[in-house]
Amino acid sequence: METVTITMKNPPALYLEADNVSPDGFAGKTAAQIAELHVHEGNTTSTLGKYFEVIGNAGATAADTKIIVKGDVKKVKYLGFKMSAGELVVEGSMDQYAGGWMTGGKMLVKGNADAFAGTAMKGGELTIDGNAGNYLGAAYRGDWRGMSGGKILVKGNAGSDIGMYMLGGEMIINGDADVHVCTHAEGGKVIIKGNCKSKIGGQMVGGTVIVFGSIDTMMPGFKPAGETELEVEGVKGKIFPLYWRHRRTQKEKERSDCIRGPVPEDLIQFLYQPCTANQKSGDPVQSAPGQFPYPIFFYTERAKK
Amino acid sequence: MSEYIIKNGHVFDPVQGIKGDKKDIAIKDGKIVDKVGSGAKVVDATGKTVMAGAVEIHAHIAGPKVNMGRIYRPEDKLFTCTPTKGMERMGGGASIPTTFKTGYEYAKMGYTTAMEAAMPPLFSRHVHEEIRDTPIIDEGAFPVFGNNWFVMEYLKNKEVENTAAYIAWLIRVTKGFAVKVVNPGGTEAWAWGLNCLSVNDPVPYFDITPAEIITGLIEANEYLGLPHSLHIHPNNLGNPGCYETTLDTLKLAEGYKAKNKFGREQVMHLTHSQFHSYGGTNWGDFESKAKEVTDYVNKNKNITIDTGNVTLDETTTMTADGPFEHHLTGLNNLKWANIDVELETGSGVVPYIYSPSISVCAIQWAIGMEIPLMMKDPMRCYITTDHPNAGPFTRYPRVIKWLMSAKAREAQINAFKHKDKVLSQTSIGSLDREISLYELAQMTRAGPAKSLGLTNMCGGLKPGMDADVAVYNFNPDKPVANPDDIEKAFSRCAHVFKSGVEVVTNGEIVSNGHKRTLWVNAKVKDNPQVMRDINEKFLKYYSMTQANYEALGHHFVPNPYTLEVDAT
Repeated sequence: METVTITMKNPPALYLEADNVSPDGFAGKTAAQIAELHVHEGNTTSTLGKYFEVIGNAGATAADTKIIVKGDVKKVKYLGFKMSAGELVVEGSMDQYAGGWMTGGKMLVKGNADAFAGTAMKGGELTIDGNAGNYLGAAYRGDWRGMSGGKILVKGNAGSDIGMYMLGGEMIINGDADVHVCTHAEGGKVIIKGNCKSKIGGQMVGGTVIVFGSIDTMMPGFKPAGETELEVEGVKGKIFPLYWRHRRTQKEKERSDCIRGPVPEDLIQFLYQPCTANQKSGDPVQSAPGQFPYPIFFYTERAKK
Repeated sequence: MSEYIIKNGHVFDPVQGIKGDKKDIAIKDGKIVDKVGSGAKVVDATGKTVMAGAVEIHAHIAGPKVNMGRIYRPEDKLFTCTPTKGMERMGGGASIPTTFKTGYEYAKMGYTTAMEAAMPPLFSRHVHEEIRDTPIIDEGAFPVFGNNWFVMEYLKNKEVENTAAYIAWLIRVTKGFAVKVVNPGGTEAWAWGLNCLSVNDPVPYFDITPAEIITGLIEANEYLGLPHSLHIHPNNLGNPGCYETTLDTLKLAEGYKAKNKFGREQVMHLTHSQFHSYGGTNWGDFESKAKEVTDYVNKNKNITIDTGNVTLDETTTMTADGPFEHHLTGLNNLKWANIDVELETGSGVVPYIYSPSISVCAIQWAIGMEIPLMMKDPMRCYITTDHPNAGPFTRYPRVIKWLMSAKAREAQINAFKHKDKVLSQTSIGSLDREISLYELAQMTRAGPAKSLGLTNMCGGLKPGMDADVAVYNFNPDKPVANPDDIEKAFSRCAHVFKSGVEVVTNGEIVSNGHKRTLWVNAKVKDNPQVMRDINEKFLKYYSMTQANYEALGHHFVPNPYTLEVDAT
């Protein structure tokens, strides 16, 4: 594997969109050719070489290419954009869209990554040693197709709206997450080892959220369903599964089944368990602070397309 | 103005009956002429196909619901933006492109005239601002009348003359082109949470049926003698079994004859007929009724249709048929926007993915193919995608490929996941007809121009007509090795002239031309009753005054072209 090191020498005045900085963008190019790749600063298009010193030639393919990004790239967006293979290491913190639309390979951000990291990610591994911003692994603005595969690991905390419209893949947050987790999700798994605030699983129709810590306020649409034991990420504990009351009417469901294929019988009954939101046992479930590591486990399911 | 001579091309012009003969086309002062001087600029079209500029009869390309789509679908612009380049300003969007991209894309495919298919009269100023910002192509807009309170109140009392006077007033103040009807009565019923699914369902409160609205508007349209006929999107669009409502709608035109000075022969134009040719009782036994619909249209010469071809893309559906869009969002669970337009109309917007692996979408594709292949007279059947409803207009070259090549259709059918279902529910497998270039020129040029009443102006290459000319890199003498070559040739023209100005060279925009807004000025006898009714409604119900209603002057219509109609 060949290594290319790019070092920030001339920081941009505005934010820099460096959507060519990925093993795919560099593959088969010499250091001089890489320096000629385009970047956008505001509405001006210029070359990577204007901002970065480039050392080393890339491998023949993305899989043979490792990129190390050094220097202050806090104002650089789109590093690892659409990468499909190879490795990318960002030594410091970066701006938005770390590993956006990536389909494979490994990306490591040693500092923090701002919002939209792993947007619509389909595969590969994205690790953020610091904190992640809002909309981690979410869908692009307006879109309904979020992260669908691969793995995201955040060693610090995550912002709000993580896993919005998530379809698949796995996301682990070692710290806390802000409000709105897995809004509109249809699949995938999010494990939050710290605490959560509120609005978890709003409009969620599939997928799994596991919270080890406390939740300030749970959504009223969820219904407790007893206790059980589960081992998650090496932690074994008592869990409280919650099922979300599915809101679609039977008629609407029949209509969409024609487009999406039939729902398995056993799930239909499960989805339509009547919700008794106001009954005493239907109050939001909260684990008192200090009860860690008793995870609270949310699980909803519906037929896959 | 420059003179041009396009030499040695294979010319296809149904207006003059030219079927691929090698001929020179001369251009002078914006018009096609018999001959030009020796100083004329020569354009070598040897081995190329030459046609008139194409005419789009039905697309949603300007106005509030198109813009609603743009606003609420930022993802449509993701990865589809094009930066400033030469003459071109930046643009973006796939199914709902920006105004500039809309103009450029049409021009690059050889289109020089396009009709915005549904203008809410209340928002005509918005429509015209977008038309103004769409470069190159001449455009007109059809105001919608099928759910208009004035129309329903007059027609309840069979007051055709008052309806005509109101139409003339509205088309004049909104700078409209034709009478459009969308789900007659149904969109008004939608404001009451209801719909009209047959031509006999009463409209709540107004005590009128869709059938009465349709026949009344046909009579008013012919009373005025407008260039285009009634342009109808019937009730019950897109539902299994809807073909019966379609046939009931078409039968309403029986006995009516076109009365106009523009050479138009039809009294009703059925738009996006693909969406109206469905049989079956649910999505499981969903089937094609293209044969029933085209059989009827083939027999009745006073009707024209356009296709509404499904292109198997991710797109954005948008229509003034508000209840239908609500129904659609229940089907696909994707985001829904709804707009109410006071006394006039409404609309809805929902994204949609026509997936080749879903049997319903594949059958819709097949129905869109069957209709043009089953229509005997290409002068009465026009290619559209009901942009962006069945697919973006930028897919016309692909639709042309499928229509011109049975091999390309077969390849697509074989690629469907539910191929057997497509073959059992439609008769696409038995159709081996291939549309010729001459028929293509009828379906995309001469036909729509005639239906729109623009037959003396565009859609042909006869001396005296506007010099709208498209030259394609397609040699009709050579056999087509690969059907994809057809798509490639029709995607990017070698040359396009718009009113005598070269606007495209080798697929690139070289001029923004002199874009015009086409509108119809119909004069009627003074009608104090209608004027009083309009005043009263504005004072009582409208959220704006009449002074702010009219699309007037240079800001909204900087370069108008007026078709005068005298119905006094």
